[in-house]
Amino acid sequence: MMPEIALNILDIAENSVRAQALHVEIIVSVQPEEDTLTVVIRDDGCGMTPDQVKKAQDPFFTTRTTRKIGLGVPFFRQAAESTGGSFQIDSEEGKGTEVKAVFVLSHIDRMPLGDISSTIHTLIVFNERIEFRYTYRYGEKSFVLDTGEMREILGEEISFAEPEVSAFIRKYLEENKKDTDGGAEV
Amino acid sequence: MKSLEELRAIRAKMQGKVGVRAENENQIRVVVGMATCGIASGARPVLTALSDAVQEQNLSEKISVTQTGCIGLCQYEPIVEVMEPGKEKVTYVKMTPEKALEVLRLHLLGGQVVAKYTLSAAQNGLK
Repeated sequence: MMPEIALNILDIAENSVRAQALHVEIIVSVQPEEDTLTVVIRDDGCGMTPDQVKKAQDPFFTTRTTRKIGLGVPFFRQAAESTGGSFQIDSEEGKGTEVKAVFVLSHIDRMPLGDISSTIHTLIVFNERIEFRYTYRYGEKSFVLDTGEMREILGEEISFAEPEVSAFIRKYLEENKKDTDGGAEV
Repeated sequence: MKSLEELRAIRAKMQGKVGVRAENENQIRVVVGMATCGIASGARPVLTALSDAVQEQNLSEKISVTQTGCIGLCQYEPIVEVMEPGKEKVTYVKMTPEKALEVLRLHLLGGQVVAKYTLSAAQNGLK
């Protein structure tokens, strides 16, 4: 099991990376009034056939050859469903995949969101070829980090891994999250 | 709210200073396993610690830090593999950010393999 939702997100988004996605959208929406925490991860990677979608939710299926068990999707699914929430994968071969998990926010079994800013930072800095669009929403408030916009400002030569840029991304994520949720414990 | 405007200042400051970061043959490659097994065992902070240290100490020409999928030794995650040109690959197991920084200091910079953290030490029951 993953100790936090943010690590599940990192794990699922790594599937998008391996699916050769060019664009990955990640939405984390916390809605205290509706008592939900919703995570959407959408990519334009290679996608899956209906049969593969079914199998992806089975721990004993994986496309990898180094080991025979794939726990990423089953972990995420169980984490959401054990709170009374829901889990869904929509995928089309050649088009992409969307994973959506809804957690019941106040449920005792809901794991903490965890360090979501680190997850997004890791994804962005280590996968520069992919455009990430990350939205964090808390109630009515939200903020977005779009690496396509960052690239436009920075130009092509400056890497996201440069210390100044990497530090900026981290600060941007952390400060804007705090401004959005007022530092609430999620 | 912070805006992206600050990036313009960063860009202006860095213009002309950015070298070609082409991978060169003498570079030491450091690879962190970031599949489900690695992530669940704590690979994210290990990866962050290594890459931050390499950037902060200006070592990115000498050392490249990247991630990979499942290495096939899930019970030993987080795993960090060190590939030095002309040398045998060294596999460090059950890493933490602290241990990884020790590897950076002693092995990547100092040239001494940190035997106690290697796969063979773990398999031989050594500590």
